[in-house]
Amino acid sequence: MTRTDLARKLLLGALAVVFLSAAGKSFYDHRHLREPVVLGPGVTRVTTLAEFNETLRGTASDANIYILEGKEPGGTAVVFGGTHPEEPAGRLAAWLIVEHATLERGRLIVALSANRSASTVTRPSAAYPATYTIPTAWGGQTFRMGDRFTNPLDQWPDPEVFIHYPSGQYLAYVDVRNLNRAFPGRPNGTLTERTTYAFMELIRREKVDVAIDLHEAELQYPVINTIVTHQKGQDMATMVSMTLTDLEGFQIGTEFSPLNLHGLSHREIGDHSQAVSLLFEAPQPFLDATRGRTNADVLLSGRDEFVVKAGRHGLLFAPIDEKGWPIALRVGRHTSSVAQTLATWSEDNPERAIVAAGIPRYADLVKHGVGHFLRDPRQAPRDRVAYE
Amino acid sequence: MITLQSVITLAYYALTAVAAALLVYNFVKAKSWEREVLYLIVLVPFVLRVFHLK
Repeated sequence: MTRTDLARKLLLGALAVVFLSAAGKSFYDHRHLREPVVLGPGVTRVTTLAEFNETLRGTASDANIYILEGKEPGGTAVVFGGTHPEEPAGRLAAWLIVEHATLERGRLIVALSANRSASTVTRPSAAYPATYTIPTAWGGQTFRMGDRFTNPLDQWPDPEVFIHYPSGQYLAYVDVRNLNRAFPGRPNGTLTERTTYAFMELIRREKVDVAIDLHEAELQYPVINTIVTHQKGQDMATMVSMTLTDLEGFQIGTEFSPLNLHGLSHREIGDHSQAVSLLFEAPQPFLDATRGRTNADVLLSGRDEFVVKAGRHGLLFAPIDEKGWPIALRVGRHTSSVAQTLATWSEDNPERAIVAAGIPRYADLVKHGVGHFLRDPRQAPRDRVAYE
Repeated sequence: MITLQSVITLAYYALTAVAAALLVYNFVKAKSWEREVLYLIVLVPFVLRVFHLK
């Protein structure tokens, strides 16, 4: 090797190290971004999922669990945000509940990153932004953009076919890492199954009455702007749907959980526990296959000209115009739906009432935006800030 | 099944490390700058995977 060859190799090698370091730092920073949560006045305890399945301790899926307790006893509800972290309205709605809600009766248990591992990776080849920032009066809060599936760094390889436990139903291979296809889980299964098992244990041990799973859906998917309910919750979901449509100014329907479609929270939680299980879907044009640019602006504004065009051709299951579906509307739909569900449950079950106050409603979100309700962690006592 | 998954994962990471080492070897032995650049580009995802970054 000549001196020239050696110099060229050293130069190219150094360049490669620079590119590798930049790429590696970007991925590392995304996976380890700490998101502050200011514990609201209602939060009395923070634990993690490992309390309900010890095998999760130290893993990327050992998510924080926020417990809000009232002074008077009553029922218990659980709210899952971040089952699919690429659907940020669910996470943000749960975030606002933790930062603002107080309980007068009963308990509310909230997860902001139900599939925490999935919040540390974005969809391969989908050009998702790594993060998104919600503007606030104090400068803005940055969140991890996530994926629908558990990070393959944490669970791999995928099988040829995913055989759901315990039904034995065949599902798409990639759904082996989909939290909302892995309920009710098992204690010694895959990381995703162990996570859903921990949630089932939480629901069983804490005697949860109502389980709510917050999602967003593309407009080309027929299950949208709706409450999907287990048969145990049909009356309640219908009442919630009618009340929201009447009083809050947005349309939301009701659909019944198919009896033979397994792995989903609205089916398996109801089947394998005492809880009534519901799943809320809000519209998210960012997820539509016909979208144009895939960036944080589309994610938050919900505006995309190509999805609007698809709507003009009758290809969508939800309306959309040039105003899009801004994040405030999507989060507001979820917060109002949760608050109304608790109210309706409490009317029907006064001995197991869950009376909550302080949850920002749809009209509040539309008027002020999401950032208005995010609390500044620098202004909170250190022991009242948790990190996702 | 979970044990099998762990074995496959370990084998996969070992293979990735071997492939990365071979790419570095080929880079050192390459005679033209085009080949050298090619080996370095191919090396990037292997290194990111070995270090559990992506």
